[in-house]
Amino acid sequence: MISNEAFVLGCSAIGAGLAMIAGIGPGIGQGIAAGHGAAAVGRNPGARGNIMSTMLLGQAVAETTGLYGFAVAIILLFANPLLGKL
Amino acid sequence: MSLGSIMLSSGVLNPQAVEVAKDDITFGVDGLIRYNLFGHELWITTTHISLLVVMIVIIVFAVIANRCIKKADPYKVPGKFLNLIEYLVESIDHMTKANMGEKHGLKFSNYIGTLFISILLMNFSGLFGMRPPTADYGVTLALALITFVLIHYNGFKYQKAAHVTNLFKPLPLTPINIIGELATPLSLSLRLFGNILSGTVMMGLIYGLLPKVILLLVPAPLHIYFDIFSGAIQTYVFCMLTMVFISNTFEDA
Repeated sequence: MISNEAFVLGCSAIGAGLAMIAGIGPGIGQGIAAGHGAAAVGRNPGARGNIMSTMLLGQAVAETTGLYGFAVAIILLFANPLLGKL
Repeated sequence: MSLGSIMLSSGVLNPQAVEVAKDDITFGVDGLIRYNLFGHELWITTTHISLLVVMIVIIVFAVIANRCIKKADPYKVPGKFLNLIEYLVESIDHMTKANMGEKHGLKFSNYIGTLFISILLMNFSGLFGMRPPTADYGVTLALALITFVLIHYNGFKYQKAAHVTNLFKPLPLTPINIIGELATPLSLSLRLFGNILSGTVMMGLIYGLLPKVILLLVPAPLHIYFDIFSGAIQTYVFCMLTMVFISNTFEDA
């Protein structure tokens, strides 16, 4: 027989794993940004500094959605709000 | 309650070390000293300690730099340390001028420089065995709220009433505009917090789970990535986004 707390904790762990699927999107997005940045440097090597900073800024913004998923996973694992509802 | 730890913020509640299978894995905010303030139970946590250390380092650096600049002879070639300070100030001035325009740039170089140096040192403090203060949501939210206040102060200063009426510009989109304004500090703080926290969690797991022999080799390159590279990039991004958001309010709309 599983206790209520163990059930909630187990389901929270599964939920944390599912939340990290959010990492796929930023990965693809950052890859696209880096590829286009490399192409831009190839076309115009003189503007390397500007291209680098623009690319890093765009990648950091694209990363935000992944970090929301990470925050949800961390909350589910270490500061579980559902346990208080039992 | 074993898992009632407060990872996210040096909180009002009882922060405990995260209890995992082994006892030596700690990457949560640890409460060190408990005190009472107006009937609330509060804690001095590891965040406060490392923030204090970072502050002391910055203050000592600033005092030494100030002495050095005061004693400097303008007719001689500057020494090594003076050169470093000049390079730091010039690059921050250059960054603000390039991103916010010649007219307004220098007014904000103080704030951006303070932000840059303090966030950079906070992120690097993970290298010295402290828990980075930026892996605590209380710190990053405070930094983002300062930026939020600055954005709207400058909005009212330069656009006057148009700063409010711009929210209703396409009338059906009003709720989305308001949510967009409120999401700015949230995403700004969560970005810095999430990046540094993920590095801290991963380093904590590696230090706790790997056998001692492997620990001589493995963590060094990971520290380079998580603390130095990621920390520097996130510092740059935070300052850059602050400058972009503030300079958006300069245009007449």
